[in-house]
Amino acid sequence: MVRFSQVGLRYPEGEGAWALTGIDFALAPGSFSWLLGPSGAGKTSLLGLMHLSLRPTEGEVEVLDARVARLPRRGFPALRRRIGVVFQDYRLLPHLSVFENAALPLRIQGLTEARLTADVQEILRWVGLLNRADSAPTSLSGGEQQRLALARAVVARPALLIADEPTGNLDPAQARRVISLLREMHRLGTTVIVATHSEALPEEYPAPILRLDSGRLTSHG
Amino acid sequence: MAEPPVRPLRGRDPLGLRRALSDRLLPALVGAMALLAALALAGADGAGRLAERWQQGEAGQLMLQLPRETPLEPVIARLSALPGVAAVAVIPEERLRQLLAPWLGEVPGLPLPRMLGITMRMEMDQIPLLEMAQSIPGAQLELRSEAVRLAMRLAEGLRALSLVMLGIIGLVAAALVAVATRAGIAARRETILILHELGARDADIAGRFARRLAWLCALGAAGGLAFAIPALWYLAIQALPVVLAREALPDDLPWAALALLPPAAALIGWLTALVTLRIWLRRLP
Repeated sequence: MVRFSQVGLRYPEGEGAWALTGIDFALAPGSFSWLLGPSGAGKTSLLGLMHLSLRPTEGEVEVLDARVARLPRRGFPALRRRIGVVFQDYRLLPHLSVFENAALPLRIQGLTEARLTADVQEILRWVGLLNRADSAPTSLSGGEQQRLALARAVVARPALLIADEPTGNLDPAQARRVISLLREMHRLGTTVIVATHSEALPEEYPAPILRLDSGRLTSHG
Repeated sequence: MAEPPVRPLRGRDPLGLRRALSDRLLPALVGAMALLAALALAGADGAGRLAERWQQGEAGQLMLQLPRETPLEPVIARLSALPGVAAVAVIPEERLRQLLAPWLGEVPGLPLPRMLGITMRMEMDQIPLLEMAQSIPGAQLELRSEAVRLAMRLAEGLRALSLVMLGIIGLVAAALVAVATRAGIAARRETILILHELGARDADIAGRFARRLAWLCALGAAGGLAFAIPALWYLAIQALPVVLAREALPDDLPWAALALLPPAAALIGWLTALVTLRIWLRRLP
């Protein structure tokens, strides 16, 4: 599913400081994993490599059984469509409604209005935002925005779901709700990896942990 | 409980290009370009028509004067076979008498020579014609006047200049579109990155920009044309009585070329935006 072999990453453009070095791990299909580490440990960089927004300086990254280094550029969009990403800062589009934000991955896949409407309504109902479908994302609370980001990440039924600090800006009740939704996706068969700096979440929801510190993987399992 | 209605805000514009690439400044600038292009087109067309008229009219003809006893058919056949000769016609005696009347008055019994009008193709070498005329006893060739030749060269020069202007206008329009595209990219950078990371193909993103800019350019060109047509018609009304000694007719405007301006502007907008976007998107991982 996901395999990193001796992966290193330097910023910028492979000339600056090492953000990651010697990263080796594998995620099994259908697994749920925590990516733990303090701020600046390299969690976002590692997830960026996983969802193909970064290229490794060295080593090999394999995502959804595709070797990224050997993949031609035209092959990336199809691979990205099989990966759902929940960003810490949500990255919603303020000029689109809640419905349109959630519908984006399906529109990118070229689905017709008739086909995507039912799916988007279902996913918005799942995250509890169907009654806000016409609203602008800026009118939502932080928790609602994060749930919308989650809806957008899962609406196309991705094989791999990546969440970067999805509870970082939420109160405990909202955080619990988001984690429940992520675990539900896992129960439905999606491979899920969640980055967090909170030690409490893995204790509350036990699962394999990848621990990062100063760009190095200090424990796996 | 009934579910609330779901109405997309801007379902067909996920990049928000209607706001990022507004329908004001760029169409106005392209409209000005289209106005200039229409003037250049009309200039090229008018100069071309003038040169053609001079080429085909009597002013563009060479006159070969032959003794009355010279048989015409063999001379016409030899002339027609010469390189550069487009047409050979016998000038009727009645026409000759009309031309001479202001100087000689009506002299019915006056013997006149035979005259042939020779139309040459533009800027062809006249030496073979001169050599042939010298080989016919008593023949005299009146060469095209220098004034006509200079006027035709001027008309051709004007035509070429108008076409060069048209090219420059096209390049300036492309530069305008490139600047507008880059402004649109700057305004929607984050949105483009998100769509890219969600799996949108470069062709999809660039295509949306290209279609929006093509529409804005076509809109601007149509507006510019709406100003250009009355201006060109006014110029035709003023100029044709002087230049061609007749009133202007609707057919005097180059309608087909003018009608191509909005599609041409759209094509420039579409292509420029597409190339600008594709180059920018290539930098993304």
